[in-house]
Amino acid sequence: MPAKIKVANPNRCINCYSCMLACSRTNADSVSLIDSAIDVRTSGGIESGIGIIVCRSCIDPPCARACPTGALTPRNGGGVVLDKNLCDSCKLCADACLPRAIHFDRANMPVICIHCGVCAKFCSHDVLELVKTEVM
Amino acid sequence: MWSNVLYIDLDTGEHHTLDRSDLFDKYLGGTGVATQLLLEECPAGIDAFSPENPIIFSIGPLTTIFPCVSKVVSMFKSPMTGEMGESHAGGRLAMAMRFAGYDSIVIKGRAAKPSYLSIHDDEVKLKDATSIWNLSSVEVTGKILREVEPGKGRRSIMRIGKAGVNQVRYANVNVDTYRHFGRLGMGAVFGSKNLKAIVISGTEEVELPDMPAYKKMYSKLYGEVVDTEVMDKYHDLGTAANINVLNRLKGLPTKNLKQSHFENAESISGEYFADNLLLRKIACSNCPIGCIHIAMLKTQFQKGHEFEVSHISYDYELIYSLGTNLGITMGEDVLRLIDRCEQHGLDIMSTGGVLAWATEMYERDLITPPDTLGISLRWGDTDNYLKMIDRIVEMPNKFYQAMAKGTAFAAAEYGGEDFAVNLGGLEIAGYHTGPASIVGQIVGVRHSHLDNGGYSIDQKASSKPLSDEQMVDKLIYEDYWRMVNNSLVCCLFARGVYSEQNMVDALGCVGIKKTRDELEAIGREIFLAKYKFKEQEGFDIDKVSVPARFFETVSQLGMVKEDTVKNMLKLYRKKTGI
Repeated sequence: MPAKIKVANPNRCINCYSCMLACSRTNADSVSLIDSAIDVRTSGGIESGIGIIVCRSCIDPPCARACPTGALTPRNGGGVVLDKNLCDSCKLCADACLPRAIHFDRANMPVICIHCGVCAKFCSHDVLELVKTEVM
Repeated sequence: MWSNVLYIDLDTGEHHTLDRSDLFDKYLGGTGVATQLLLEECPAGIDAFSPENPIIFSIGPLTTIFPCVSKVVSMFKSPMTGEMGESHAGGRLAMAMRFAGYDSIVIKGRAAKPSYLSIHDDEVKLKDATSIWNLSSVEVTGKILREVEPGKGRRSIMRIGKAGVNQVRYANVNVDTYRHFGRLGMGAVFGSKNLKAIVISGTEEVELPDMPAYKKMYSKLYGEVVDTEVMDKYHDLGTAANINVLNRLKGLPTKNLKQSHFENAESISGEYFADNLLLRKIACSNCPIGCIHIAMLKTQFQKGHEFEVSHISYDYELIYSLGTNLGITMGEDVLRLIDRCEQHGLDIMSTGGVLAWATEMYERDLITPPDTLGISLRWGDTDNYLKMIDRIVEMPNKFYQAMAKGTAFAAAEYGGEDFAVNLGGLEIAGYHTGPASIVGQIVGVRHSHLDNGGYSIDQKASSKPLSDEQMVDKLIYEDYWRMVNNSLVCCLFARGVYSEQNMVDALGCVGIKKTRDELEAIGREIFLAKYKFKEQEGFDIDKVSVPARFFETVSQLGMVKEDTVKNMLKLYRKKTGI
């Protein structure tokens, strides 16, 4: 059954970035923040709020609709699948996503969440959860 | 594996990078490499405020790669002690340096005008800081830089406050609001260089030689950090848990170490803070523990439910320095004092020590209202201590100028040396546990309780007595191995996780093959290199005077005898060869 990542308890976040490091380590074979699909950042310093941005796994994803080359296609259960061979780095997908869950890596390719749940596995404070979704 | 050193000249604003694999291959990184850079860059015998005094930052081969390897080592000649200045900080700085691609940064010279450094990946710029130079708040300085600099949300911002600008010798460098290069006065060195702040961010993607082995090792270490009890205490009550523990054991310096227990400890204990004042906990980048305890202080400033709210980080050492050591009886008052020091950018451990010495001087009429400009000093008097802290930063007369140079200096001018509680020129950490703590801070390369954990050796000796020689052997073991730890640079709170074997295995994952014995030998070599610098600057263990107060107040191990300390120092010199 497909699953999606959910920010279940955002206020429990301690801003350690373990989730981001887990994502890039697992899905991009790198140690980095820029290769992580989950995006954690503070706004106004660590004394203010911590924002946690994840792919909302839309059933009718606006990023896929905005993609002119067919590189992004809807994924079964929500969200999108990326075919890097078709992507021309136009970034229309990023603009179409209101929560700004798509950003680009150093090779200028979009970093797309595959909802694998490794970020939740490496979250020590139950901020993130992997929840099951219905197959359409 | 990584060995990129960024050299910045504040005289010209120019910079360049050099591959220093010659140093990183031999000394790993962190404190090992920083020591070599200090020996290279700091001419013998210079004034700590000379433009030639370098400011050095170093991360290590495991930084950001493995959990809790989250610290940065800074090095400089200390204006407090006139010898080795070394301080470590967490926050986001280690990760920011890793992703900006700099393993060390060396800053020399003096900027012509108030300036700050903006470092984002390959872009390094010296920018004007005239308009923020005299800001009264360290927190606001961060807010302003956040608005004008890139890297939003994950950059690191170091900055000094008024204390650094005015060159109070124990001014700190604030890192990301709640962490610090606290001790030995790097903030004053920043001030002497016209350097207000440094902003760093980066976007590197780091690749490792054997990803499957790395992922397996990461999971193992992460599991030991979060699923075992090794680090529990740091997250729950945090270091503040020690207040009640040390009070019970009679190891808690109180009222300028006139006592080793505090009758009002309960209302400033870790338990009191957690139950009544704790707002939330946060972490350094790449550490899943979250030991940074943030309190909320809500103060009514006028009738009609008008409140001001401050968020203040607290730790054991701060509660000791500005709490028990000044006889403060309420957690809320300790927070007010912490906050004032934070906004000025003062090292809290030294500030508390100076204030405690001054209070006893006042009690004995050795200083009088003309010295203090009318402020009367009494144990527990928060309002007057707040005024005093402001005066230390402003230095309006000769007495406050002396206070701004630290306890040892002020006592040399005004007297009271027998109760000027310092070791090697630095105000002590919050432990009066026995001889290993005293000896450990004298011989420790940065006079820190964390150099060799002497307090912990005393505590072991309280359940099973240790001879002088056994204590010294344990101190030396810690001195050497912590050099390795601090070269990687793991957080010392995670030292239980980074066992000898785990360090060997983790280094293997980044392509550094070293045996346990090789690591220990490197640790010893780094230790001796530091002593080379210390001795070059005139440090001599035999010349460190231990104020009588240490031998007059009962410790956790009973009264400490001066002969015991002397004997241990002799043994230490013999066994280390220094």
